Amino acid sequence: MISSLGYLAVGGALLLSVVGAVAAFAAMGGRPQLAPWARRAVYGVFALATLAILLMAVALVAHDFSVSYVAQVGSRSTPLFYTVISLWSSLDGSILFWGWILAGYSAAVVYIHRDRYQDLMPAVTGTLLIVSAFFWLLLAWPANPFVPTWQAFGLAPGQVPADGPGPNPLLQNHPFMGLHPPLLYLGYVGLTVPFAFGIAALLSGKVSGDWIRAVRLWTMAPWIFLTAGIVSGAWWSYEVLGWGGYWAWDPVENASFLPWLTATAFLHSIMVQERRQTLKMWNILLVIATFLLTLFGTFLTRSGILASVHAFVEGLIGPFFLGFITLVLIVSLALVAWRSDELKSEPALDAIASRETAFLFNNLLLVAFTFTVLLGTVYPLVAEAIRGVKVSVGAPYFNRMSVPIALGLVLLAGIGPALPWRRGSPDLLAKKFLWPTVAALLSGVVFWVFGARNFLTWLTLVFSVLAVALLIGEFWRPARARREAHGEGLGRALLAVVSKNRRRYGGYVVHFGIVIIAVGIALSSTYRREREFTLGIGEAATFAGYTVRLDSLYAGREPQRDFVEAAFSVGGDGGFSDTMRPRLNYYPTSQQPIGTPRVRTRPDADLYLSLMAYDRTGASATVNIIVNPMVVWIWIGGAIAALGALLAISNAGSGADRSRRAAAPSVRRAKPAEAGVGGDD
Amino acid sequence: MNKKLTLAIGVVVVLVVFGYFAFGGLGRSLVYFWTPTELLAEGEAAYGTSIRLGGMVIPGSVAWNGETQELRFRLADEGGIIEVESAGVPPQMFLEAAARQEPIGAVVEGTLGRNGIFRATNLMVRHSEEYRAPQHGEDRQEYYRDLFKEQGAESGT
Repeated sequence: MISSLGYLAVGGALLLSVVGAVAAFAAMGGRPQLAPWARRAVYGVFALATLAILLMAVALVAHDFSVSYVAQVGSRSTPLFYTVISLWSSLDGSILFWGWILAGYSAAVVYIHRDRYQDLMPAVTGTLLIVSAFFWLLLAWPANPFVPTWQAFGLAPGQVPADGPGPNPLLQNHPFMGLHPPLLYLGYVGLTVPFAFGIAALLSGKVSGDWIRAVRLWTMAPWIFLTAGIVSGAWWSYEVLGWGGYWAWDPVENASFLPWLTATAFLHSIMVQERRQTLKMWNILLVIATFLLTLFGTFLTRSGILASVHAFVEGLIGPFFLGFITLVLIVSLALVAWRSDELKSEPALDAIASRETAFLFNNLLLVAFTFTVLLGTVYPLVAEAIRGVKVSVGAPYFNRMSVPIALGLVLLAGIGPALPWRRGSPDLLAKKFLWPTVAALLSGVVFWVFGARNFLTWLTLVFSVLAVALLIGEFWRPARARREAHGEGLGRALLAVVSKNRRRYGGYVVHFGIVIIAVGIALSSTYRREREFTLGIGEAATFAGYTVRLDSLYAGREPQRDFVEAAFSVGGDGGFSDTMRPRLNYYPTSQQPIGTPRVRTRPDADLYLSLMAYDRTGASATVNIIVNPMVVWIWIGGAIAALGALLAISNAGSGADRSRRAAAPSVRRAKPAEAGVGGDD
Repeated sequence: MNKKLTLAIGVVVVLVVFGYFAFGGLGRSLVYFWTPTELLAEGEAAYGTSIRLGGMVIPGSVAWNGETQELRFRLADEGGIIEVESAGVPPQMFLEAAARQEPIGAVVEGTLGRNGIFRATNLMVRHSEEYRAPQHGEDRQEYYRDLFKEQGAESGT
């Protein structure tokens, strides 16, 4: 029953996507009366996608094992929460989830812009529907989650298994699995929208102006989700995988990071096009690259080409994705070549010490970062395909390459906002940079005295102080000016300044968040300490200022698993203050016990206990004690960055209206009284 | 023009330095994955190279000294056997398989010494096609059954 309805929904969504795409491109090619029909097709796809995802949710919750996806990932003993989120725990379900999110974004785009951007919208709609058609084709054919179980598993016709294996144990071991994948998907899939606008700009030949304005919101929103998705993924692996780290340069982690880098570059470079009508070609290429990287990342994780923690799926999806990636690449580049005359723009550069230069280096660093990570991720695949050797690129490569790039980005996070567009007066620059530089130099001495002897870490701290001081200046100066002008209190003046130009100050808040993340990563990776202890019952170990005592070791049973747990009393030098219970979980379907480490989080350092092994008589247990300084600041920085970006788009709608009403874009910027204080970014 | 030239030179310098480090750094960070057969076939080149070695642990070859935290076992594939030495407590699953005298897939990271013994700095347990399907926890419970007693109420057996 659910299978048949599911087939109808998936098939209908595919059909409507194709028909709608045809209508959309016909509307662009001189039949504008078809545009509303293309829009309706998008709504229809969204309705059918919603139906499909609801059907699957019902099948999962009702344990309908006649549906093959449920028979793959469902189990009667799995708790309800993990049953619901197993919607995206395996290949077919995650592609269905993908298709649904794309349908949701598409419907939102065509609805919000139904009366705007008449030149662009038909092509935007058509591009979105073609991408949508690709995913519904996958769902109708090689990744159909609704196939009846007996067909998929080769059982007798109509036969239904009594129970299933449940989701991959690693994926039902932590509630974060309910948060991390949806955030990541919302980010990943959302980046289809700016791509669609880019293609529409190329098709319509209107490569400056509207598309850049429209695309900012549609890039910022997925960027927020992607940032939150990446940070929550790092947090998930920290809380679950038991080695005390949050980032291993695993290809799947890299897959999520690559489009983040290019999307971040794009968000910066479109400001240059908006302001100076330049970088037209570059922006188009960045938006295409970003979309290709999301497809590539999906290919990496969904085709079974990798053997890693995340790559839990295998299938026939690979060739489909490679084909589609090739198609997108060829069509996009052909369009760029066709419009190359319109995309030419004069470089606008008035002075070395200008915002434009900062953006240029920001883009250079982000693209270099992308290239580094891509090279390290793809190299093993290419080596295996061409030379037949199995090789992996070690974390040292990624670390050596990324630390200098990240240092440059931290520096720019402060310098960029402080530099004015075009050229600034040397006086103003000296005023802006004097105190932050003094503060950074002083802090450098202090950090050195307090023992920061690792040069790169020390440099990160110094650059961070400089960046934060420069950013504070950007808030402080206009707030003080306003206080003097209006006689308000400083807090009130600050609030007024920020809320009047949320785009600008939201962006600076993001920069704060990124700097905090950088500091957290630098300190936690440099000063992390780790040692393994085998302790008898009642025995205590002292390590890095902490005392850890094994109190008891016991096994227990939960509906979906057994566990072996060790209870430790932990504390600083003065006695024990907490109990931590790291454990090993035994799932019936997993050969390997799945560890659940325990983390005690403090602002200065995390204490991280991982149960490595135990004696079967219960006499002793082996625990890995990890002391990770400042890790929590990575999560806090991520939250600040996401909230800052939210602030930056919180009045995006009204901003767009304002710019439409304005006779010329320059009207808004009529008051560059103090260079760098006015302006919108 | 002068500014643009300065900037262009800056960009080129950055790119050259970057490219140099990217490709150079990649070469030095590659870790090859070999099987015992491949390692033995390398001959002289095998010594001292940092690699990942993957194979099946020969049942009964595991010697674990809890006092000195030293682990020794033999890792094999169809064409070769390598003696492996590693320090630190092995993963729980490794100990369980050794206690049951079952073959288990393992990947070790380290180098082959002149004495013919592979010094591993890292030991990972790998799922392998050769390994039989799990038997719904029956043997497994055997391993931690004694530990249920201490919990009284939560004991499900």
